[in-house]
This record gives sequence, structure tokens and C-alpha cells, in this order.
Amino acid sequence: MPELPSSPAERLAAEEDREGLPPSEPLLQGLAVELGPQGASARRRLGIAAWIAIAWMVLVIGSAVLASFLPLKDPINWADSSHLNQGPTLAHPFGLDGSGRDVLSRVVYGGRVSLVIGFGSIAIGFVLGGVLGLIAGYFKGRIGGFIGSVLDIFLAFPQLILALAVVTFLGRTTVNVTVALAIVSTPILARIARASTLTWSEREFVLAARAQGARHRRIMFREILPNVLPAMFSLALLGIAVVIVAEGGLAILGASVKPQTVSWGNVIVSGKNSISNAPHIVLAPSIVIFLTVLALNYLGDVIRARFDVRESSL
Amino acid sequence: MTLLPRRRVRRALDTDQRFPTEPLDGALLEVTDVRTMFQTDRGLVRAVDGVSFSLERGRTLGVVGESGSGKTVLSRSIMGLLPKSGVVREGSIVFEGREIGHASPEEMRSLWGTQMAMVFQDPMTSLNPVMRIRRQITEPLLYHLDISRSYANELALALLTSVGIPEPERRLNEYPHQLSGGMRQRVMIAIAIACGPKLLFADEPTTALDVTVQAQILDLLQAQQRERFMAMILVTHDLGVVAGRADEIAVMYAGRIVEKAPTTTLFHQMRHPYTEALVRSIPRLTNRSHTRLDVIHGRPPDLVNAPPGCKFSPRCPYVQDRCRIEEPPLIDADAPGHAYRCWFPVGTPEGRAALERNRAEGRVPVGTIADTVPAADTISAAGVDTASSGGA
Repeated sequence: MPELPSSPAERLAAEEDREGLPPSEPLLQGLAVELGPQGASARRRLGIAAWIAIAWMVLVIGSAVLASFLPLKDPINWADSSHLNQGPTLAHPFGLDGSGRDVLSRVVYGGRVSLVIGFGSIAIGFVLGGVLGLIAGYFKGRIGGFIGSVLDIFLAFPQLILALAVVTFLGRTTVNVTVALAIVSTPILARIARASTLTWSEREFVLAARAQGARHRRIMFREILPNVLPAMFSLALLGIAVVIVAEGGLAILGASVKPQTVSWGNVIVSGKNSISNAPHIVLAPSIVIFLTVLALNYLGDVIRARFDVRESSL
Repeated sequence: MTLLPRRRVRRALDTDQRFPTEPLDGALLEVTDVRTMFQTDRGLVRAVDGVSFSLERGRTLGVVGESGSGKTVLSRSIMGLLPKSGVVREGSIVFEGREIGHASPEEMRSLWGTQMAMVFQDPMTSLNPVMRIRRQITEPLLYHLDISRSYANELALALLTSVGIPEPERRLNEYPHQLSGGMRQRVMIAIAIACGPKLLFADEPTTALDVTVQAQILDLLQAQQRERFMAMILVTHDLGVVAGRADEIAVMYAGRIVEKAPTTTLFHQMRHPYTEALVRSIPRLTNRSHTRLDVIHGRPPDLVNAPPGCKFSPRCPYVQDRCRIEEPPLIDADAPGHAYRCWFPVGTPEGRAALERNRAEGRVPVGTIADTVPAADTISAAGVDTASSGGA
């Protein structure tokens, strides 16, 4: 039994919370309804590993967003030239790099660029690939065949080379690297969307919607898309992780953002010549990337498991 | 997540299109010699082969036949819900004086939902699993009728109440998986009748449901049909389902109507051996337990290479040489509105003679056909009459 609200103000608040719910409904059941009747509480529990992953992502994203308000040295202009390649100390937990710059500050600021590239390119790929995949999966005839084969051509192309070529042609800016990696990620996401659309569009509720006079666009975006999204979301989270790693790869090939822009890839590159005597310069950003990728992968799995609509419960 | 803005989409129909100026007399639906064929690797599958009937407002036509007899394809042909490619369509379908036999999907869209609607066989898969019931009902309302969202919500509530769903307010906010099969079919019916169609197709609406719920759903369909003066085409493989609910019954076999009659006429003066066989295959309550059911031996014919004569001849106990060569036309019987396709009709001297001859030659499996046709008792014994009494 829930405790009765004592003060009038509390009672009022409780009343307000209940608005929109049927009177007999306990407040929390509104949430349970979202997740289904069986094991609603079990599904709502995330588990410690998921919380650690979420905490890590909050830390990484939060520090990147708030970097300029944090007590950090300037990642480019501040340098302590007397302690080059110095290992971790209390003042500089991640140590100093070959030019005496603070590695922690560079990793935090680098996160800005790397995360923008990661989330940005996947966001573009998600929308573009989602729409292409929906169209290709829904119109199975000539249009679907054409889009499908164009996607296959893009997939057949070595992806790193494709990104490399795009960056080389467009120039080494954050936006261009994002675009390049978006081009790489679009066909992958489009394929998932297409495969998922192919199966969902065969379902009877699509025919039922047609029989109600719904247009193609409405069927695609309102009937099929909501069913396709979960599969795309979990893949997109993995995709962000892959793109962050790919940015590092491009940096080592000299095709990521210009060296004066700090990204995780560029921090690794700046330490690669002194890897034998000062491994911390390479290790610090690598470990951050590793943990971020791990967290994103794990969260992708959790999301997939949560939104997995089992056939039996249909 | 919704990518499209939640604005009201423009009205699909003008008022004069929705309410035609044509006089209300005359048949609502006139189907003449409809043929629907599918192109396959094996050849042309003649799923519907020369079907004609007409249906008036407020009447129910029962379409009965076993799997593969073309009943579902027939209803989808009329509704224009066939795949785009590989389909050959012939014949004329006139709906409210308008030829729709070869209408494009765009033209048909102005009829779907508001003029004709369909209740599908499997309520488990014909509702969108990720949309709340509320949206699935209000969506066609908002789309077709020029009404506000709050009015659409009120209508949705009224619809759910009218299809007999308990706690309709709560159900509106639930997802399909939270509803039982019977309730889902009720929701499907609510969606189908939401925009007040003049013609409702019910494509085996109870096949996927528990037996105990079947009668309820059929009664609901009948009640809604009467209340709204809709015409209904009730497709089923169960003669018992249509017995008390259809005004007229068309029995289909191999894509053809083999017998068509007003319901009482059909059960009392059935002429086609296939109709008789269907009636006989209904288990009777008066039978002792473990009585073998009268089955129809064999399988429906291959619709690519159908037999030249009567399509039922390979399975027919009355079969004569003529049946295998010459296909009988649809012959008008004595009773008005009764027609059948048979050279040796059941219950006529010719039919009895044919059966005698076959039995003398040992061609009829012993015990499958009784000497007299106990049509009337068969039906009442099968519980058909009991099922029909609950309708009103």
C-alpha cells in the first residue's frame, strides 16, 4: 500500500501525477504497460554492467561537452617543455606528451571531435540509410532492386579506402570526416532497414492498413518504421563505436582531421613515435576508446534485448 | 517515434464522392465473370474463374469452399488488394454503378476504408504490434473523415464499446499483445467499420479464434452489419458459420461458383454434390462417439491444369462420363435465385440414377453416401440452427 500523502501540497502533486491515467490504475502501471505485462519489473532492471556502461558514457560525453569549464590545461597551446614525455603524475594524471602537452586535457578535448564524428556520421547514416532501406524493402520491384544493388556496390568497396578518398577530396575537416564516415555507414544501416522492412511489410497489418486506404508513405513511416527502428537502433550504437575506431584508423593514415585539431585518433598519432619510451601517450586515448566502444556495444545489446518484440507476444 | 508531423492529412474524398448521387436502389455490388489468374513458373493459376454474383445493400453473402477454392482471392480481387505483378484480371466489378474491375490502387484508395473494408483472418498479425489500439482506430478516422483528434478519440471509444470490449478506455491505451485473440478480432472489426463502409469483407474472421469466441465474433459482425445496413461478404470454409447468418450462399470450388442459392433453399434443396459433401462433413451431435466423419476424398484440383470437364468430377460420387468431358454451365433451378453447376444434380432422378449406376459398378466407397439426403436434419443436428439463433 502506498503511503497517503500527508500535506495538501503533496496530495495535490499526487493528484496531478495521476492525470491522464484511468482512476483505478496505480501510477507505476503506466510504465509497466509500456513494457508489457510479463516481467515488467525484471525488464526495467538494467543490471550493474549496464549502469557502469551508462556512467562511463555520461562521464565521457559530459566531460567533452563541459571541457572548457573543467580545470584543464589548454590542449594545444599549454605546454611544459621541461618535462617532455613525462609519465602520469598527480598534476597530470595521464602524463605529458612529446611536446609537453597535457594528455588528459587532449583526451577530453579530443572526445569532442571524436564523439561528434561518431554520433554525427551515424545520425546521418541512420536517417539516410533508414529511408533508403525502407524504400528498398517496401517497393520490392525496380526501385528496390536499384537501391539494393547500389547499396551492395558501396558495401563491396573497401570502406577505409572509400572514407580515405572522400576525406582526401573534400579536405581534412571535422565535417568532412563525419560525411566520409556517414557515407561508409549508410549502406550498412540501409541493409538492416531493408532486411527488416522486407519481413515486416509482408505482415498482415500492412495489408490491413492498405485496406483502410493508407498511402504508401503512411504505411512505410507509420506502420513499418516503428517496427524497424529497434533493430536499427542497436546496430547504430555499435556503429558509433565502429566509427570512433575508424576515426583513429584514419588519423594513423593521416586522413582524419588536421593534426592541429585534437581528436582521439590524433592524440594516438602524436604518441606513436615515442611508444617505446612513453607508452602512456598512446595508451591513455586507446583505453578511453576501448572502454567507450565496450560501453556502446554493451548498451546496444541491452537496448536490443529490451525492445526485442518476441513473436509469441504478438 | 514518429517522423511524420502529426498534422491532419488532407481529406481523401470529397463529400459528393462519399455520398453518391446515384439512387439507392439497384445492387451495391455487381460482379460479372470475374477471373483472377496468377502467373507462376508452372503456368497460369486460375484462382478465380468466371465468378458472377450481385449483392444488395444490407445483405450478407456467404462464400464457402475448402482451402484453395479461390474464396480469399475472390474477395481480394473485388477489393483490389492483389499483388501488383504477375496477376491477370478479367471481368467486371461494378460498385455503386462504378466500374472498379480495373481501377488503379490510387482509384481504389478512395473506396478503401470508407466504402469497403475488410476484417482479416488472423487478428494476431493484422494489428500493428508497436502501435497502441487508440492510434490504430483513430488513424483511419482522422485520415478519412474531417474531424478533430478529440472527436476521433470519442469515436474510437464508442466503437470499442459497440464491439463489446470491456473497459474500452483502458484498452485504447494498450498494445495488441495485451489483448486476447477474440478481443483483437473485435478491435479489427472496430477498425474496419470505423469509417462506415457500405461493404464489409470478412475473410474467415473466426478461423484463428477459439471455438468459444467464434460465435460471439460472428454475432457481433451480424449485429454491426444490421445496425449499419452494410452489405457483407462472409468468406469461410465452414458451412455452419454462414448457415444462420448469410442471406445467400455461394459455394465455390476450383475458382468457380458451383452452387448459389438463398440460404434456406441451399440447405433444403441442395443440388451440387460438392455442397452435399460439405454438409455431410459437418460432425453431427446425434452421431455416436467415434463415428467417422464423412470426408471428401482426394484433393482440390490443380488450378494450372484443371480437369477438362466438371472440376469436381474426380472426387464426385455421382460422376458419369459426361462430367469428365463437358463442364456443366450454371443452371437455374426451380427456386428463385438458385443455380448450380451439375449434370446429375443431387435429389433429382438423374442424380439418383447416376449414384445407383456408380454403386452398381463399385465405384463409390461404401458408406460415404446415404440413400436419402438428410439435409434438413443434418443442419439442425450439426448445431447450425442453434448458432444462428443467437444473432439478433
